[in-house]
Amino acid sequence: MQQIINFVIRNKTFLLFLLLFVISLGLTIQSHSYHKSKFINSANFLTGGIYESASGISDYFDLNEQNDILIEENNRLRSQILNSSDTITIASSSIDSVTYNGRYKIQSAKIINNNYASTKNYLTLNKGENDAIKEDLGVITSNGIVGIIDNTSNSYSRVLSILNTKSRINAQLKSSNHIGSLKWDGKSPATTVQLTDISKFAPVKEGDTIITGGQSTIFPKGILIGTINSFALDISGDTYTIQVKLFNDMTNLSHVYIIENLDTEEIKLLENPIDE
Amino acid sequence: MNSVNLNSIIRFVVLILAQVLVFSNINFMGTINPYPYILFILLFPINNNRTLFIFLSFMLGLFVDLFSNSGGVHAAACVTIAFIRPPVLKFAFGMVYEHQTIKFNNTEFGNRLIYFSILVFIHHLIMFTLEIFNISNIILVLQKTLFSSIFTIILCALISILFSTKQR
Repeated sequence: MQQIINFVIRNKTFLLFLLLFVISLGLTIQSHSYHKSKFINSANFLTGGIYESASGISDYFDLNEQNDILIEENNRLRSQILNSSDTITIASSSIDSVTYNGRYKIQSAKIINNNYASTKNYLTLNKGENDAIKEDLGVITSNGIVGIIDNTSNSYSRVLSILNTKSRINAQLKSSNHIGSLKWDGKSPATTVQLTDISKFAPVKEGDTIITGGQSTIFPKGILIGTINSFALDISGDTYTIQVKLFNDMTNLSHVYIIENLDTEEIKLLENPIDE
Repeated sequence: MNSVNLNSIIRFVVLILAQVLVFSNINFMGTINPYPYILFILLFPINNNRTLFIFLSFMLGLFVDLFSNSGGVHAAACVTIAFIRPPVLKFAFGMVYEHQTIKFNNTEFGNRLIYFSILVFIHHLIMFTLEIFNISNIILVLQKTLFSSIFTIILCALISILFSTKQR
């Protein structure tokens, strides 16, 4: 017994190092599995508060640019309203104001921290559970998608960016209904993501538009993502891997919209009935 | 509370804030960021209380992790370089360290650069390996380690020159 205590005292530095190293390894491994990184995240009052006050200062520098973006978006929406009243072309396209009514709730939020340099990127928003923000809501801007909310606190929430190797988003070609999943390989620059698992029979063309598919409950169908930059068949020869150039400039984001599908619970209940 | 302790506490807070608000958002050439917050570990006063030093390094890394949503990669890297600091000090400074009379302000610039480089490189290697966590991306790990290390070493050298107070 005496010897064990002596051993511990003699090697206490090494043992402490080992303990702390194992703790941090555990936290790392936990953060690599989706939906488990509960403890270490930037959506808490300390980090959120510091980021918010810092972004309060830096926000003033791009007010002009944000105004231009808003005017452009207003312009587009107004022309859609005016044109939809006398033609029915807009109703057949994916952005249909009639079906959106009631099914989706949209809230605006401000980005207080944006990362795009690492392989696992997250954003922090200034809204949280107090504003009825929950996990698994979609986040978009007027140009396209940004990511999915994966962690919330009372007044902040964290977004799993599409520039994160853990992110998987259901997407499809605009010209046909072939679906695939949108990923990021961590190596390409912040303007490019990959669309995988598109069937080899799909009519893929450079310059075509990629939109979100309606297969998940997170994003409605038809949210813009980007255009096809280049594409190649997989090694197996069955599916395409497409390099998608994003419409969004992920390095310059400020205001976002959070989309909530009000039917999510009903759809989930239908798909996964509770066993009795 | 003496001035050494107070100095360390101020360094701890200021370096974390500078790291998460400024240095993590530089994004030079798209993806290259420096991590000069480890200056806290590099310049921590040398005394016999290694347990406290390792624990403080862990907290430093954990705070940066908290801000940058990276799980525990900074904490793991910081704890490791805190643990292996004595042998590196011995290697870089030789006899001066053996006599326990070392003061970073009075050391040769060349020795200090070697000491910084070794620890920064090890820190970045562990950090990026754990962050990417994929053996097939080993080239990406090495590439990021190399570029970020160069950036961090230059910044650390500059900061340590700017804030050094020569004692006569």
